Amino acid sequence: MELIKPGTKFQFTRYRKIAFVLSTVLNVAVLLALFIKGPNLGVDFAGGTMVHLKFAQAVTIAEIRRALDRVNLAGGVVQDFGEPGQNEFLIRLDKTSVELGALGEQVRKGLVEQFGAEKFEVRRIESVGPQIGEELRFRGTMSVIVATIMMGIYIWIRFGSAFGAKFGLLFGTGAVVALIHDVLITVGALMLANYEFDLTVVAALLTIVGFSVNDTVVICDRIRENLRKIKRETLESIVNISINETLSRTLLTTSTALMVLASLYFLGGHVIKPFAFSLLVGFISGVYSTIFIASPVILLWEKRAFKK
Amino acid sequence: MRQNVQARLVLFTLLTVASLVYLVPTFVDPLTERWSKFLPANKVQLGLDLQGGTHLVLEVKVDKAIENNVERLRADLTRILREKGVSGVTVEREGIQLYVRGPAASTEPVRGILNSEFGNLVEAKTPQTGAGATEFYRTLSKEEIRSLRDYAVDQTLETIRNRIDQFGVSEPIIQRHGENNILVQLPGIQDPERAKEIIGKTALLEFKLVDESASVEDAIKSGPPPGRQVLYGQPVRGEGIGAEKEAYVLESRALLTGEYIQDARVRPAEQLQGASVELVLNATGARLFEQITAANVKRRLAIVLDDRVYSAPVIQERIAGGRASITGNFDLKEARDLAIVLRAGALPAPVEIVEERTVGPSLGQDSIRQGVTSFIVGGVLVIVFMIAYYKQAGLVAVVAVVLNVLYMLATLAGFQAVLTLPGIAGIVLTVGMAVDANVLINERIREELRAGRAVRSAIEAGYKNALPAILDSNITTFLSGVILFQFGTGPIKGFAVTLCIGILTTIITAVYLTRVYYDYRIASRKLERISI
Repeated sequence: MELIKPGTKFQFTRYRKIAFVLSTVLNVAVLLALFIKGPNLGVDFAGGTMVHLKFAQAVTIAEIRRALDRVNLAGGVVQDFGEPGQNEFLIRLDKTSVELGALGEQVRKGLVEQFGAEKFEVRRIESVGPQIGEELRFRGTMSVIVATIMMGIYIWIRFGSAFGAKFGLLFGTGAVVALIHDVLITVGALMLANYEFDLTVVAALLTIVGFSVNDTVVICDRIRENLRKIKRETLESIVNISINETLSRTLLTTSTALMVLASLYFLGGHVIKPFAFSLLVGFISGVYSTIFIASPVILLWEKRAFKK
Repeated sequence: MRQNVQARLVLFTLLTVASLVYLVPTFVDPLTERWSKFLPANKVQLGLDLQGGTHLVLEVKVDKAIENNVERLRADLTRILREKGVSGVTVEREGIQLYVRGPAASTEPVRGILNSEFGNLVEAKTPQTGAGATEFYRTLSKEEIRSLRDYAVDQTLETIRNRIDQFGVSEPIIQRHGENNILVQLPGIQDPERAKEIIGKTALLEFKLVDESASVEDAIKSGPPPGRQVLYGQPVRGEGIGAEKEAYVLESRALLTGEYIQDARVRPAEQLQGASVELVLNATGARLFEQITAANVKRRLAIVLDDRVYSAPVIQERIAGGRASITGNFDLKEARDLAIVLRAGALPAPVEIVEERTVGPSLGQDSIRQGVTSFIVGGVLVIVFMIAYYKQAGLVAVVAVVLNVLYMLATLAGFQAVLTLPGIAGIVLTVGMAVDANVLINERIREELRAGRAVRSAIEAGYKNALPAILDSNITTFLSGVILFQFGTGPIKGFAVTLCIGILTTIITAVYLTRVYYDYRIASRKLERISI
């Protein structure tokens, strides 16, 4: 079976201007949303307490709110969780004066008074103090930034040592631009879908950084090879040839990754959903950014150098 | 060539058998005694998010421990000054600073005492002399603060370990976490609230005399007289929050503390009274207690635990034998918990829970089930796709992926790594990403075949040309896995671990194991056609 017939010649670089404009608009929009609205932070990063409940029978959010009222926790936010009909809910409490470890017990007390001890089950409690939340937020952001830069440096060194520092720097820059794009697109999608940002999302972003750079590596590797092999073509057409030659691999690999991710997303349960969602978006964005952003960045550079 | 292929074949067979052997203890539970003698004991550990349990990070309030230490030094200094007959000198504590003020005549004696007996204190400010008075400012040296800090955290850790051991949790993890924090993990615990209660209690037990000459109302209204403090009793049971609590005016100085406790036992409830905890003091404690009771007959001695007065009985006579009891309307469980914390001793500083993650057992069960389901479904999809696309070469890749998962799990078991929900996701993801290497190789082989190469040289060229890209892409993913491991906690670390192990096993299986198959076929007979 073949997805892409050999000798296929899409002129990908022809669309680079449209792609640049589109991606820039999207990325700026995400950045604006990040600074104006801010991401929806989970307890890992914002601090506070999250209690995950499962009831034996149908209850309404209003009833749970009344239970919280009984123990002076009226500020709590109650939301549905999981599949409809499962009667699972999340209660989110901000930092309160009550000592962190005692909040869960207080919630339980209110619920026992309202529903009775046998009617519900506390499935999960997560409490994070404001200081730890701040630290995790800082370290999470830093780890994504450090990983992105390290990918750029790795590619710079890897391709630089084999094919001259200039190409190393070119490929490295292209990869970093593409990675920033993927991370921002994923962050934007998470905000649109109203997912909370927590530790697993950071894990997903780091995985995206590590995986998305693979496509870039493979295509750059091919460009490097073709630059040696094909002498008479322009750089632009070499880039296009290289993208085409690796296209079926890119699509195949992404498909198998998307298959397992879709399986995780639909069957892996609600706890892992934001993680699977991020990876789905990030991997798709990764293919796009490699073809339409990372590779053409090399052309951009070449033309600049040419003018001088 | 042929020899070489056979050697590699034997190597991978051994590796596969060893992996299967390593996985037996994980999947067969319990093992019969006959088998467990031969098989490795290591198995995959389930993370707290899969087996249920509580993860706590406690912050040790070391500043409080250091302040307590300075307060003790202040009391010592005051006592020594009195003993040596240096009069008119006041000693005050501000935070961790001692402020000593006295008339000019006392300057030299004070300086002498400070230098000889309090060598661990350094000057916070140069002494000020003026208006017939001298002021000294002393504080703890940096090294002293650091060692007090370390001592407080280590001691707290030991005490908590003691308490948890007595409480009875199997395989708890208790370790220092950063500068001032302690990490506690209690797998499979049924009652996390009770465990937190036991871990977090400071349990500072003090015996203090009640000052009955002072008026409680005045002390509450306008502050207690010097050397006295107001502490409250327990709220009357059943009255809820805001119930009236009895107040006491006590002498601030503790006559005896919980450090002399040798044993604490529960005495079950008797008629009208709740359960109580009987204390047995050690020899030194018993002697002290005897002296104290002898000197204070007919006065009330308050038993104070964490600044709450539990009872304040009148001393009827000298008490020998070092026994005392704490009553307080406890139910049996409370009394048992109290006995545990008293036996294990007080924490040198209060602790505060700054992070808690508790997962109930049912959620963990669900997570395992859903994780396994998505693993199977995802795996089957990839297998069908690979075979449909590459036919026989796809089948080779699929065998590689299956063995890949086997090696991964065996490595996890061998290192007793912790498998978490994100860790399962990491395994699922590895299945999807591992075939990338085979895709790279197969696409290369197809290209070489198209370019008109013979099968044998196409395979060789395919593997050779695909290798740099395979290595590069796996190294970059590995790098982000390492960063993730550095950053992550608990479950996330589990993901980083499976991701990194998966990359290593992927290179072994996708590149080297599949190659054995082709080399074997090339070596055994002429390979003229290849199904790819």
